[in-house]
Amino acid sequence: MALVEVRNVSKIYHLGGEEIRALDNVSLDIEAGEFISIIGPSGSGKSTLMHILGCLDTPTKGTISLDGVMIQGASPRQLAAIRNQKIGFVFQFFNLLPKLNVVQNVELPMIYAGCSARERRERALEALEAVGLANRSKHRPSQLSGGQQQRVAIARALVNRPRIVFADEPTGNLDSHTGEAILALFRQLSTQGRTIVLVTHDPEIAAVTPRRIEIRDGKIAAKVDLTLAGLDRSPRSGPAAGAAP
Amino acid sequence: MNLFNTIAVGMKEVWAHKFRSLLTMLGIILGVASLVGMSALIKGMENGMKEAMIAMGGADKVLLEQQEVPSWQEHLAPQAPGRTMADVIALRHSAPLLRLVSPEMAVNDVILSRGEKRTWPSECVGVWPAVLEMNLHTLAHGRFFTDLDEEQANPVCVIGTGIRDDLFGSPEDLGREIIPIGETILINSQPFTIVGMFERYEGEEDRRQRELAAQRKNEPQVGPQRQRGWGRRGNWAFWRKNQTVYMPLNTAWIRFRAAGDRDGIPDPRLTDIDLKVAKLELLEPALQQARNVLMLTHRGIEDFGFRTQENQLDNINQQIRNARLSGGLIAGISLLVGGIGIMNIMLASINERIREIGICKAVGATGPAIFTQILVESAVIALVGAAMGVVASYGFVQVLAQMSPSANAPVITPLALVVGVAFSLVVGVVAGLFPAFKAARLNPIQALRYE
Ligand SMILES: Nc1ncnc2c1ncn2[C@@H]1O[C@H](COP(=O)(O)OP(=O)(O)O)[C@@H](O)[C@H]1O
Ligand SMILES: [Mg+2]
Repeated sequence: MALVEVRNVSKIYHLGGEEIRALDNVSLDIEAGEFISIIGPSGSGKSTLMHILGCLDTPTKGTISLDGVMIQGASPRQLAAIRNQKIGFVFQFFNLLPKLNVVQNVELPMIYAGCSARERRERALEALEAVGLANRSKHRPSQLSGGQQQRVAIARALVNRPRIVFADEPTGNLDSHTGEAILALFRQLSTQGRTIVLVTHDPEIAAVTPRRIEIRDGKIAAKVDLTLAGLDRSPRSGPAAGAAP
Repeated sequence: MNLFNTIAVGMKEVWAHKFRSLLTMLGIILGVASLVGMSALIKGMENGMKEAMIAMGGADKVLLEQQEVPSWQEHLAPQAPGRTMADVIALRHSAPLLRLVSPEMAVNDVILSRGEKRTWPSECVGVWPAVLEMNLHTLAHGRFFTDLDEEQANPVCVIGTGIRDDLFGSPEDLGREIIPIGETILINSQPFTIVGMFERYEGEEDRRQRELAAQRKNEPQVGPQRQRGWGRRGNWAFWRKNQTVYMPLNTAWIRFRAAGDRDGIPDPRLTDIDLKVAKLELLEPALQQARNVLMLTHRGIEDFGFRTQENQLDNINQQIRNARLSGGLIAGISLLVGGIGIMNIMLASINERIREIGICKAVGATGPAIFTQILVESAVIALVGAAMGVVASYGFVQVLAQMSPSANAPVITPLALVVGVAFSLVVGVVAGLFPAFKAARLNPIQALRYE
């Protein structure tokens, strides 16, 4: 059983009598430990898919199971708990809370998880260490560069040790150099055994992942799996968690 | 997320918008200040009224009043005897449920003089010694009237300190107290010897003020003499009591009334008969007994009635209740307005923070967690406002104290503080409900897409 199983999922919006099929009968599996990208032009439904996978949104039709749990029947409370415990998000616009400093931002998911203050602080600093920002823990998000802010967001996504991390255009707001560094960070996390879903419109960025799913007009247009072709350059088949590349 | 954390975050949020929060709190601050101020004022009023009631003779005093005859006895009205000594004697003999019967015969239009000085007493009456207990008088100097004084209608009088102040000078002005026992004064030109003087009657607050003034005596007064507050300084009832002049009942009768008071005809009617019952629980039967006796002496003409202090007490309590109600209403409206202000600001605040709320939801905040957060924030605004209101109310009461007569000095009660703060908390929570509900229901996607 795959970590994420998507079956015949559709998302239909109604705008002034017009029906918009943001997602149209999408099915796919994501295995634990995979590094996968969802690629497609703007407006193709990537974000919609990610939101549905991330339990932020519910599909109009179809079923999703995440880590063995069917999402359909879950209450808002259970969905919140799933988002909190099993899912990490990284957004294009970082989405840090401006009033909190860096370490407080990273602590946020653990607050809702009900961790003690000490544990929160320890794990938040650990996560910041992992993204190379331990020395900026007292800064405000506004005092950091875009790349640094995105690292904070990644630390926040990782801090509750989620089963899967969704990144929606994580480099979309960064210059290419910084973007590459962020991508390298994701690749490194992948080698540590994390499951990462990278959403992007840029084929060059998608090229870093061994598996790509291409979406067009809400439909899956193509699935590319380099691991099947034996062309996988990433060492995900041996999830050597913690092993430095 | 535990409550302590939530409160800390709420505090931070309030602090982040200091000025805005302060403006929002203003309604609550004013509400609490007016609630506490009002109740302090009313408490002061109540104290003053109760003190006055005791000064006028206490709760067990019953006034026997002259009344119009009932309509079915109208034809008998010219024969109505009025209240006379016959009533007093009869009551003393035949109404054992009465402890005290005190007749009073007032001398009207009295001018007291001594040399160049003159004054007008609040009352100049002929009395029996029973009046001391009846009106709760304490003789500080000299003696009261003896049976001999009564029998011989001696020209002697007992005065209150107010009369002494007016005719001989007050201790405040002279720096020493004059005790005018043995001095002679003129009551409507008839010489009377002062044989006794009462103690000085004053309310708690007056005493404090006076003692304070005495301590500050050495500071020279600059400019004309100033008076604090409106109206007469101190409690009216105490002032009145200090302006009393008593003489033996027979003296009043023979020297003033018998000489022709009513169109040259001697007027034997008493101005007052005051009663005290033996037991307050037996008030009703005692009054019934007194009524039966009086029906006999009045030959069945019911030209009298009783007024108990109970009525007076009811009256006071009614007034207090009314004052409380109107004061509470004003404070309540002001708190309500404060609550609307809080709701307004909370709605604006969650609109500003839609994105933040979306982020919190994305990382796992449940609806109830967001709900609690907004509610706590709203309650924090209200509570901080209430705390400032409590501080403000102390200032407010100082101002009120400057404006109100000292006898009714406002008193802040702990109950008012507790009610004020509790009510603010309720207002804050209620005002936060709708914004909190709105925030909790926010769809995380829409919140995240919101620019
Ligand atoms: N709340 C919405 N209401 C109506 N249409 C929507 C809504 N959200 C997304 N869409 C539509 O769904 C389609 C897919 O959007 P999205 O998933 O954001 O695309 P992508 O992330 O691939 O750029 C777009 O055509 C968009 O206009
Ligand atoms: Mg998108």
